[in-house]
Amino acid sequence: MGLEKHEKFIKKASSTLVFEPGWSEDNLTGAWRSERPEVDQEKCTNCDICWLVCPDACVKREGDRIEIDLKYCKGCGICAEECPVKAIIMLREESD
Amino acid sequence: MEKTKIKDLTDEEYLHHGSLACAGCGALLAFRHALKALGPNTITINSTGCMAVIMQMGVPKVPHFHVLFENGPAVMSGVEQALDIMGTRGDTNLLVVAGDGGTADIGMGSLSGAVERGHDFIYLCYDNESYMNTGGQRSGTTPFGAATTTTPVGSVVKGESRPMEMRKDVPEIMIAHGAPYVATASIGYPLDLIDKMKKAATVRGPSYVHVFASCPAGWRSDAKDSVKLAKLAVQTGLIRLFEYENGERTFQHVPKQRKPIKEYLELQGRFKHLLDDEEALKELEQYVERRSQS
Repeated sequence: MGLEKHEKFIKKASSTLVFEPGWSEDNLTGAWRSERPEVDQEKCTNCDICWLVCPDACVKREGDRIEIDLKYCKGCGICAEECPVKAIIMLREESD
Repeated sequence: MEKTKIKDLTDEEYLHHGSLACAGCGALLAFRHALKALGPNTITINSTGCMAVIMQMGVPKVPHFHVLFENGPAVMSGVEQALDIMGTRGDTNLLVVAGDGGTADIGMGSLSGAVERGHDFIYLCYDNESYMNTGGQRSGTTPFGAATTTTPVGSVVKGESRPMEMRKDVPEIMIAHGAPYVATASIGYPLDLIDKMKKAATVRGPSYVHVFASCPAGWRSDAKDSVKLAKLAVQTGLIRLFEYENGERTFQHVPKQRKPIKEYLELQGRFKHLLDDEEALKELEQYVERRSQS
């Protein structure tokens, strides 16, 4: 998040008013993450269980592929834990 | 009613990204699937609780009101009546979302009143077994032995001391009210939850769905174990999934062989002190045994 965008976010967040629908999307929750899910597309059987159990709806079903929205993924690791074939692994985020 | 399959579910999401829910939040998962089941033609009312904080900043894509802790069902009664009088109800689903504190303790009166008056709405309670939004104080549904900030583990009293039978069993209270549809669900079985929400929407009159939702922050469990814990609660027999309709009760996901309760307890910090307390473990096992026979 750029500094300008961050300032805008703080200004909005200090109020309980809803300025526009869905402005929570300015809040890039991906920054909370300490571990990042990585999908092994070879192992994946397209059972979509990861898509079903993600609380933040960050797993996208795109045809035969599973894509993870790293902009908002909070890194809880439920997808990796629930995957029946262990096609998702959690990798430590490198510090900047 | 036909069972929902994963592939039939819509890719459409009714919540925006970027909510303030903790990583691994069970309540958010329950709400996500409830909205998926009900679709965009839904009006939601949110009693104060975690979910009201999570839904700040315009997260829901459907009409959403945040009301007081105690009056969610009362406000919904008004919404229902207003829509009826204006003649614009159509097939709009009316959904009240509240936590276990807002349901079993503070909101009990208004819920009881709205169900007794027979308003046509759906009540979804996400039960994480204490007041998690305010830091984890005990509530009417806190289980025996759980350590919360108001029932800490000390040298004399170890966690919540009230026996399991005495906690508020809200689904049973709703059955006693004569609600036409009462169900319990768990976020460990999302498809079952979606089926029950869909059914609740078709029933005329008040329907009550009690969802067991794990809370990694309050239960001091690992975020990745949220769904696993919700499954284990069912597999150990601590939580029973059932549907009550037309005076008949049917059970879902009944474990053939119950798993040992220790498997469920050892993943949570709030039950850490119970692991070497044989007496408390026996008490919990006896509770599961007693209830499985009723």
